[in-house]
Amino acid sequence: MRPYPEICRLTVRELADALQTGQLTSAEITEAYLASITAQNDAIFAYLDVYAQSAREEAAASDERRRAGKPLSLLDGVPIALKDNMLVEGRKCTCASRMLKNFVSPYSATVVEKLRAAGMPLLGKLNMDEYAMGSSTENSAFGPCHNPWALNRVPGGSSGGAAAAVAAGMAPVALGSDTGGSIRQPASFCGVVGVKPAYGAVSRYGLVAFASSLDQIGPLAKTAEDAALVMDVIAGHDRRDATSDAELSPLHPLQKMETLEGLTVGLPKECFGEGLSMPVYHAVQQAAEKLRELGATVVEVSIPSLPYALSAYYVLSSAEASSNLARFDGVRYGYRVKEYADLDELYRKSREEGFGIEVKRRIMLGTFALSSGYQDQYYLKAQQARELLRYEFGLALANCDLLLTPVAPTYAYRLGEKTADPMEMYMGDLYTVPANLTGLPNVSVPCGTAQEGGETLPIGMSLLGARDSLPKLLSVAAAYERAVKPNEGIRPYEHLRRGGETA
Amino acid sequence: MSWEMVIGLETHVELNTESKVFCTCKTAFGAEPNTHVCPVCMGLPGALPVFNERVLHHAAMAGFALNCHVHHVSRFDRKNYFYPDLPKAYQISQFYRPICEDGWLTVQTAAGEKKIGITRIHIEEDAGKLVHDDENGTMLDMNRCGVPLIEIVSEPDLRSAEEAVAYLRKVRAILTYINVSDCRMNEGSLRCDVNLSIHHPGDPFGVRTEMKNLNSFQSVERAIQAEYDRQVAALEAGEEVVQETRRYDQKTGKTTSMRRKENSADYRYFPDPDLPEVRLTDADMEAIRAEIPTLPDARREAYRNEYGLSAYAAEQITAERWLAEYFEEAAAVAQSPVGVANLLQGEVFALMSVRATEAEKSGSSAAEGRESLPVSPTHLAKLSDLLADGRVNSSTGKKILSALFSEDCDPEAYAEAHGLFTVSDDATLTDAITRTLTENPDMVQTYRGGKVSVEKALMGKAMAVTRGKANPEKLAQMLHEALER
Repeated sequence: MRPYPEICRLTVRELADALQTGQLTSAEITEAYLASITAQNDAIFAYLDVYAQSAREEAAASDERRRAGKPLSLLDGVPIALKDNMLVEGRKCTCASRMLKNFVSPYSATVVEKLRAAGMPLLGKLNMDEYAMGSSTENSAFGPCHNPWALNRVPGGSSGGAAAAVAAGMAPVALGSDTGGSIRQPASFCGVVGVKPAYGAVSRYGLVAFASSLDQIGPLAKTAEDAALVMDVIAGHDRRDATSDAELSPLHPLQKMETLEGLTVGLPKECFGEGLSMPVYHAVQQAAEKLRELGATVVEVSIPSLPYALSAYYVLSSAEASSNLARFDGVRYGYRVKEYADLDELYRKSREEGFGIEVKRRIMLGTFALSSGYQDQYYLKAQQARELLRYEFGLALANCDLLLTPVAPTYAYRLGEKTADPMEMYMGDLYTVPANLTGLPNVSVPCGTAQEGGETLPIGMSLLGARDSLPKLLSVAAAYERAVKPNEGIRPYEHLRRGGETA
Repeated sequence: MSWEMVIGLETHVELNTESKVFCTCKTAFGAEPNTHVCPVCMGLPGALPVFNERVLHHAAMAGFALNCHVHHVSRFDRKNYFYPDLPKAYQISQFYRPICEDGWLTVQTAAGEKKIGITRIHIEEDAGKLVHDDENGTMLDMNRCGVPLIEIVSEPDLRSAEEAVAYLRKVRAILTYINVSDCRMNEGSLRCDVNLSIHHPGDPFGVRTEMKNLNSFQSVERAIQAEYDRQVAALEAGEEVVQETRRYDQKTGKTTSMRRKENSADYRYFPDPDLPEVRLTDADMEAIRAEIPTLPDARREAYRNEYGLSAYAAEQITAERWLAEYFEEAAAVAQSPVGVANLLQGEVFALMSVRATEAEKSGSSAAEGRESLPVSPTHLAKLSDLLADGRVNSSTGKKILSALFSEDCDPEAYAEAHGLFTVSDDATLTDAITRTLTENPDMVQTYRGGKVSVEKALMGKAMAVTRGKANPEKLAQMLHEALER
């Protein structure tokens, strides 16, 4: 058997090929990842729950199917891990909240059913900001997740566990959810590819809702192609989600673009101004230059309303969250305070003790924004800003194939660095929230690194396109990866290797 | 100066679709608690609502039947509040863009006909039920969570308890005609909130109070009267009426304060992001309109004009669709539709009510609708004919009808078999009269002495001699002749 760190460096594509040729079994792959998790999770805390036994059983069943010549899909036997806000029947789903610490789901999310139908073993559930609210995975009620590139730094959030797991070789691929950047920003901080699909591309049934009009599930993977392979498993119309879209087409196989000639890339000038750190600015400008070298035409564009996006996002997402999270009231499931005088106190105390500070902050913000007398000023204005952004992005995309921006204004910061000032943390979502407000697909792709205090820290670029453009975005990302080989030779796996020797 | 009450009603009607409004669970009433539930109607994390198009069909049909403007596009909003019977802590409703607006219906009261405006009809989901139990405390039955409702909001056009009840009866009649609800108040499929204020006619409306969840016509009527009395007493004592929600207590017959306006919830309505807009095309609307049967008002007019029924009889018989259809079937084969109507309103209704009372006493559930009238329309028509022809009289008619209720059969054959036909032959009647007069010489004396009113008593005795079977007109005539002789 090959040493597990080696297996854990393979891409999904490589694992699928090895399974197909018989070079590897799903059991070997799954054991390798379980060993990797055992070795690293104490340090990184990417996983909240590891499904060791069932993953082994699922891997064995997959190998059986492969032996019988009846694999369920191309990815049959490739393991995967899930952010802990997607429901798996019979398993805890905590949303990294005290409120749901002991909640066991009686049903499975549509994406989980699709993964099972494809034969992909589930490795376990991943750490996150509580109820997906946050940008650093420091808001987990069970403890923060650490960035595998520098353990004293955050992995981003809220899908920080998913990004860290893929970056550290603790899962070949993972599913996250993205409401305002929660897949793309941690992907950027951890040097992996993150996909926020077009709204409606992936069913939300069984995803614990944060903000229903913005939430989307998507993959975090090592490469654009891996992301496309997994998108093909999870995407598709679902009659249990009325906002699911039947019209979006499948992704794979990606078009192999040898040249980017004929492709127009827009750089929104509003995204390259104040607040952007220099290493990120340079990395993204260099990426633009690289796309030009590959044949693309790069032009400057403008989204004049972009400055309103962040405020609109925080009003709308919090408003929806205040309603979505009202069901966690201590009555039927979840945390219930032991002592209470009456019904009002049962509600108040259960929610006071069950939710963390950031969740409560957003519930209060959202409740205020919807209150009678304030709704016109806040909720309705934010909806208008959203409409304006949709219109302006539509105009920009009428002249460009895609828009290139930074994913986040900075690279991974230190744990605790921004927890004191929520506003500063919110500012980090500036470039990612427009894709959620407009419902457009958006990909985060590694495009360089920053050096700070002797540490090498990844930087991501954002590719955003029209509603049906995800295949194109991933094809361009794949062409860029072939040309640049981002992160090649840089492996954040020191601890992994150590773990491998002692395991 | 006299006080006038001003009433607006909010009527909640459960639609009779097979499945719930946002999931595929059954809507059936009376199942074991928490057996018709799923992640969606239990409001579990991650569950999403998907709109049942059948609800749209029913709601639109109700809108057309209530003369509303039915919108091509409507939308769902969330009404946010905490209560243990509401598992998501919000109710999916239609606040900003309801499916129907601007309708009306007419009510008939002693004062005549009146048009009552309907402000809007919107779709919403029902909440669960809290069950209070001495042993286990308060428990939750979620079977009703997500049962589709329409809320019909009237204009403040009603001016008396009688009008309010007439309005509710009309709503029930129309909705059962179009078969979108069974409108059973005892099962909660028709519930009513009353908004009431008082003023002097000509003055602006007063401050209104709301009484929620009244579940019988009687409690609506009594609650209105009680609240009207309370408001009049308050204002005449120089006190104020405050805007609040009040509860009507059936035991005390009084209303008590539940919640003042300043403490009322801010529902924070906003469009439900889980549900797309609801759309009806012109073709959809045409198809729905085409399904609407002749409604009670139109039938009532037809019964008056074509069959010569009185306004009152026509109103009674059109109150329920099955009854109107029953009547039409019987009237089509009877000699006299008026005779059928009289029979229905009189003896048939009386027997039905006796049976319902008996069923209630024995604890079994009373038959509903067409089931509660176990006689075929053809047989009832035949009985009506026998009565019209004088072949049976009213007292034997009652006997026959009662027998038909026990076991439906041909009334003519039954009368034949049991010797219930009216006796009209001269010999028998003459015998009966002779016997009566011979046995009651003093009464005959009284009559001939000028006190003719004893004729009635003698008639009764003569009828008794025939064991009630004599043709009453012929007997009366022959008796009269005998006395005058």
